[in-house]
Amino acid sequence: MAKVEITVEYCKACELCINVCPKGCLQIGETTNAAGYDVVEMKHDAECVACKMCAVMCPEAAIEVYK
Amino acid sequence: MEKIYKRPEAMQKRPTGYCPGCLHGVANKIICGLIDEFGIVDNTVAVQPIGCGALMCWTTDTDQIISLHGRAPATATGIKRSAPEKFVLVYQGDGDLASIGLAEIMHCANRGENLTVVFVNNSIFGMTGGQMAPTTLMGQKATTAKDGRTPLQGYPMHMCEIINQLTAPVYIERCALDSPAHVLAAEKAIRKGFKNQLENKGFSFIELLSNCPTNWGMSPVKSLEFMRNETMKEFPLGVFRDRSEEV
Amino acid sequence: MSKLFLKGNEAVAEAAVRGGCRFFAGYPITPQNEIPEYLSKRLPEVGGAFVQGESELASINMVIGASYIGTRAMTSSSGPGLSLMSEGLSTMAATPFPAVILNVMRGGPGTGAIQGAQMDYLQATKAPGHGGFRLLAYAPSTIQEAVDLVYLAFDKAWEYKAPTLVLMDGCIGSLMEPVELPPMKEVQREEYPLYTSPHLNPGNPKRRCSATMITNERDHEDWNRVQAARYATIEKNELRVEEYMMDDAEYVIVAYGTSARVAKSTIRQLRDKGIKVGLIRPITVWPFPYESLRKLDETKVKGILCLELSIPALMVEDVDRGVQGRIPIATYGRAAGIVFSSEEVEEQMMLHIEQDWK
Repeated sequence: MAKVEITVEYCKACELCINVCPKGCLQIGETTNAAGYDVVEMKHDAECVACKMCAVMCPEAAIEVYK
Repeated sequence: MEKIYKRPEAMQKRPTGYCPGCLHGVANKIICGLIDEFGIVDNTVAVQPIGCGALMCWTTDTDQIISLHGRAPATATGIKRSAPEKFVLVYQGDGDLASIGLAEIMHCANRGENLTVVFVNNSIFGMTGGQMAPTTLMGQKATTAKDGRTPLQGYPMHMCEIINQLTAPVYIERCALDSPAHVLAAEKAIRKGFKNQLENKGFSFIELLSNCPTNWGMSPVKSLEFMRNETMKEFPLGVFRDRSEEV
Repeated sequence: MSKLFLKGNEAVAEAAVRGGCRFFAGYPITPQNEIPEYLSKRLPEVGGAFVQGESELASINMVIGASYIGTRAMTSSSGPGLSLMSEGLSTMAATPFPAVILNVMRGGPGTGAIQGAQMDYLQATKAPGHGGFRLLAYAPSTIQEAVDLVYLAFDKAWEYKAPTLVLMDGCIGSLMEPVELPPMKEVQREEYPLYTSPHLNPGNPKRRCSATMITNERDHEDWNRVQAARYATIEKNELRVEEYMMDDAEYVIVAYGTSARVAKSTIRQLRDKGIKVGLIRPITVWPFPYESLRKLDETKVKGILCLELSIPALMVEDVDRGVQGRIPIATYGRAAGIVFSSEEVEEQMMLHIEQDWK
């Protein structure tokens, strides 16, 4: 099952990835990084299809995609 | 599981200096990805502007010089003429390129310097706190145009169209960074700009419509809508000139 | 070595090429036009690059690029052009970036007269731009000296990795005199380590990252200390002055460049009449030869004339600072391209001698 990995320290919770994910797999999570942002995470029931749209949109290159 | 999208190697291992949701980050990421792709990280000089574009210095893991405000095309000319084997990237914002540095970009383009210029147009002065830029839209508010830009403060300047009046440039395209499809198209355009320089074809100019959540006073997601509804109506996307294959 | 009969501007342009200059960017402005004209043909012959910039402002930023990447680079202009280059000079002094800057001075202020004058003394020695930096500044008074100092300026600029100014005036630029040209230096482009802040790319110190906008205050302050130390070293090691007929001088003229040449004629004329006059001639206007003035014996030297092609007098502040009130100082100047004759200066000296500098 495809998935994404988000580098906690790079995420700035800008939500562009959440906005662009066609499957609604992403959400603001509970983890707060050193800069004080609540980092984005995959939902437990996420059905990622590795379309890479989130990673393409991320201004921090914080997202890597696995298939 | 195979990694099918990774963070470019040419990016420094730390967050960018940009605000959350600022598409400068996407532009930086595309550039670093292409530096990886062409394998030129040790031979690149990134000539950066004054303004948010200068924050590229915390992103690109290459040689770099933050030039004086508006003078990146001149500084890049000095570098490229002295060391033609270097890959010289010029990265500028709209204040840097279209306001104080208008003469420099026009003459650099007019001399057909073998350079790749990436021009990020977010219609505002970002770093200094939201003043009006030459590309600010009519009626768009800025800290120096409280009630919105009026004709007395000039009209948005269309840099691709202006540079397209010059003889020497080889490739001129305007892209946007508001959606994955547009980001991938922008990557294609910048790749061509890289290739043109590496093959000594001359001056390439790629304008990227971008956002400024902080100074537009809206969320990153809302800023994408503003770009689609307003910015991209004023600044049509497209290829204005492509002689890459003829040169 | 054979002597060539050359015009000042062309002589210094060739001297620059022989000093290793392989990049020039400049803009037309009288009275230095022969320099870019000459180099536009000459530099390509030696594998160098010449660019006529769209302005002096663009030109200094091209020089910054060439210097950043390790090429010996130069620009030349006149007063108004130097004003347009001031931000670039400030950045070069700060980063630092080596380069040679020629100012072939003209009348001023404003657009000023296009003929030679010495109205940019303060600009050259006190504040060539914002931010409190200094430029090692040479002031030749003959074409041979101009050739030698431009040649030297390239080595000094690259020794200190900082911009070095050569302050000529329109007369020296336009005169023709026999000169001996120095040998050609083959200097390769060489990327030198930049003094910069690790803040820019802590992960990869071998990258050459240059910025004068360093957001880390401590880094920036340390940087200012490095610059201040460089200025102190230059002040200690690079001072040059000519003391002409000073041993028995009872009166002293302080003058540089073309003014100093006229002063020497006046001194010979007065000495023929038994009046012992000497000359202190700054060859570097920064650092300024204060010591030559401090050591004057006020029981022997009765008066000083500060002689400049400038109205008002500009160098007099430094003369005063060296003399510290021990000996009276008078000034005399012509401007807007008018050059005083040695007789005219003799009259001035006689006037002050008779009135005992009152």
